[in-house]
Parts: sequence; structure tokens; C-alpha cells
Amino acid sequence: MAYRPYRLGGTVPVPHDSDPKLAAYAHPERVVTTAWLAEHLDDPDLVVVESDEDVLLYETGHIPGAVKIDWHLDLNDPVTRDYVDGARFAEVMGSRGIGRDTTLVVYGDKDNWWAAYALWVFSLFGHPDVRLLDGGRTAWAAEGRALTTEVPDRPRVGYPVVERDDSTIRAFRDDVLAHLGRPLVDVRSPGEFSGELLHMPDYPQEGAVRGGHVPGAANVPWARAAAEDGRFRGREELETIYLGEAGLAPDDDVIAYCRIGERSSHTWFVLTHLLGFDRVRNYDGSWTEWGNSVRVPIEQGSGRSRGRPVDQQGTS
Amino acid sequence: MTDLPTAWAEIADDFGAMTPSERLQLLLEFSEELPDLPERWVDHRDAMEPVPECQTPLFLAVEVDAHDRVHLFFDAPREAPTTRGFAGILHAGLDGLPTQEVLAVPDDAPLRLGLGEAVSPLRLRGMVAMLGRIKRQLRVRTAAG
Repeated sequence: MAYRPYRLGGTVPVPHDSDPKLAAYAHPERVVTTAWLAEHLDDPDLVVVESDEDVLLYETGHIPGAVKIDWHLDLNDPVTRDYVDGARFAEVMGSRGIGRDTTLVVYGDKDNWWAAYALWVFSLFGHPDVRLLDGGRTAWAAEGRALTTEVPDRPRVGYPVVERDDSTIRAFRDDVLAHLGRPLVDVRSPGEFSGELLHMPDYPQEGAVRGGHVPGAANVPWARAAAEDGRFRGREELETIYLGEAGLAPDDDVIAYCRIGERSSHTWFVLTHLLGFDRVRNYDGSWTEWGNSVRVPIEQGSGRSRGRPVDQQGTS
Repeated sequence: MTDLPTAWAEIADDFGAMTPSERLQLLLEFSEELPDLPERWVDHRDAMEPVPECQTPLFLAVEVDAHDRVHLFFDAPREAPTTRGFAGILHAGLDGLPTQEVLAVPDDAPLRLGLGEAVSPLRLRGMVAMLGRIKRQLRVRTAAG
């Protein structure tokens, strides 16, 4: 079944951002600009969520009223390599004053890399209205907009225990094995893709014993979707990259992956919400699972089997 | 804990007495108190040792003065407060100690600060790596001297 993004219903409490750049996207209701957010900070039905790679960044100053949700501490199960279950998710949300009807605007550091990851996890639980702040923390701060260290005191609300849907936007290793021959996007850096590097440049070795990529994957480093200022590129530029260079089509069944599923959440967002792909799954096991799995096929080198060559710029 | 230097043990006690959210605040204070890089290192960043195990790359340098006191220098961006906080703890807990005392600090000392709950154990690997690299530099010097 195709993933159905949230659409305008009869009773949407928080209006959408009608910014013309956003309007060109397939699902403009999933993105807001910094200017729009600044005007809607006091909306009682909206909660701003900060989700960063650096767990202390929120404490140094955040968008007024924003709550913090950390991908490690709040969204990952502490024991099993999986996301939290419905009960824990309800606690994470309810304890921050987020109800099922709350409009969420998520933002974070590093071009929204981790914010997109949090948004993807929120989507596994089907939170209806969740949007990303275009440009994230960097854009907000660069414009000299307000930041505060004051932690909001939001009263706890009830959030229903909703079971995670792992079947529509999430792929597991066996799904990838069954998918071989169909479109795959590897969003890591060219060095990781070719197998020269087992981890991101300048990032920790996260323990994959083999280097390379899933056979047939196209290499489109995730950050190519972001412009210099950290905001998403416009629709046309994104189409040039993903439809032109990578050879994908909006009705393709696509699986995206990276190292642990964070960078590919960003690409999942771009393909699903900005370009309107119907069926994109994020393989969160990603290279730390595939590169350690016994007897799964691996391809090395920069060669690719689909579309035209992707240039090597814009790695993270 | 007899195997820990006094300053480090005090830091560990402080963290140990706190809730996870208070630990984050203290870590933030350490990040703010990390001394700026002195001029002589600002001009020689390329001679500092990179610590790629940290999420945001950090550079460190180790000096040993004429009285065998260890001095630590760190360079990490303001946008990486967690990494700076780890460096701040290492600086506050170890700077000025004799070489042998730093070498005697257990490799897992960063894991015993109760920070796992506050920042996640995965993130603490960067701090373990910093300590490991400091000790390795000191061992090389000791062997050479």
C-alpha cells in the first residue's frame, strides 16, 4: 500500500505556510519557513521540537517554546536495536505536552539531518501533522531570530498508545534482499559507497567489517538536497538530481539507506514529501547491518547500474 | 575510588549526585569553561592530534612542562557543546597532574561519570577516545624520554 502523506482535512487547526518556494513541492504542508514559524510560535496547537546530533545544543539556546526530543535517548530502544514501542512513544510525546492533534514543527542542527530522522520516526507512529523547518537551526540562527535557554513548562497531556507501522516507510534487511534489482539510493559519501571508507569522513568507525554498497544502488549523498544555506533546494533542482542524475521515477518503489538510517531519513523526506514519490522506504539497519551480514551481496567501486553518473560534490 | 586523581574524583562525585538533566547542565558548564586555545597552538592547529571518534571533529595537544606536569589543549567548535564539554571535563580533571597520574587514570573513567543516561553511551565513546589519545601521547613521550 502506498504511503499516504497527511493531507488537508476539514479541521486543520494550524494553517499551512503558503510560501511560493514551498508551494512547488509535492506536499508543501510538510515544510515551513523560518518567517512562518516566527509568526506562529504562539499558536497553542503547535509545538516546536528540536532534535539534534549534539545532545547539548538545545541547552545552549533553542527556539522559544521548543521542546527537545533526542534520537538516542528518546526514540531508540535502550536495549534492542529498534525504535521505542507505542507505550514509550506515548510517554515521550505526552510528557512534552504533545497530543495526537498537535501540529509539530521539527528542526535541528546539520541541515536538519537528525530532525528528519525524528520526523521519520514520528511518521512510523503516524503522527498526523508533522512538518520540518526549512533550513533548521542554522537558518533560524543565521537570521538572528530569537533563541532562549528557558525550557518551556508544558503541561503533560495524554497521547494515545499507537502501534508503530513498520511496513510502509521502513525496510528491514530481508526487504532489501527481496528488493535487489529495483531502485536503491545509497546516500552516504562517495568514499563510503565505493568501499574505501567504512564510515563517514571525520566520523567514528561504527563497526562494519565490509565496505561497499548494496548492489545496484545509486549514490546520491544526502546533503545534495540542501543548498548552501542549509535550506532544501527548489523542486526543479531536486528533480534534476533525483529524477535526472539518479534516474528515479516518482512511481518507483525505492529503498534509501546510509550508515544507521539517519541521513537516509533526510532523503526519504525529500523523495516522499518534496518530490511526491509514492513508495519510499528507509532501511534503518543500513550499512552497519548490511556490512556485517554474512553472505549478503556487496558491490564495491564507484560504478553504478542506473542512470547517469552522479557528481561527487556535496558530501556531508 | 582510589585509582582516580582528586580533581577527577570530585567531578565524578558531582555528576553522581545529580539527576540526568542536572548532569547535562553541568556538562554545559564544562563546555563553557573550556579554555581557549593559546596563541602558540592557534598557529599550529595542524600539529594537533585529531580525534575522529568524536561526532564533531576535535583536536587536542598534550604538553609536559619542566616539572613533569601535563597540560592539555583542545580545539572544538562552539556548535559542538557536547564534545567541548567532554574536553572541559578532561581539562578540569587532569590538567596540571604529573604524567604518571594521568597514565594511571583508568581507560573507562569517562564511562563512570553517570553521563551515559544523560547523553547516551554511544556519544561517550568520543570522550573515551580523547583520554586514550592523551595517554598514548604521554606513553610515547615517556618511552622517548
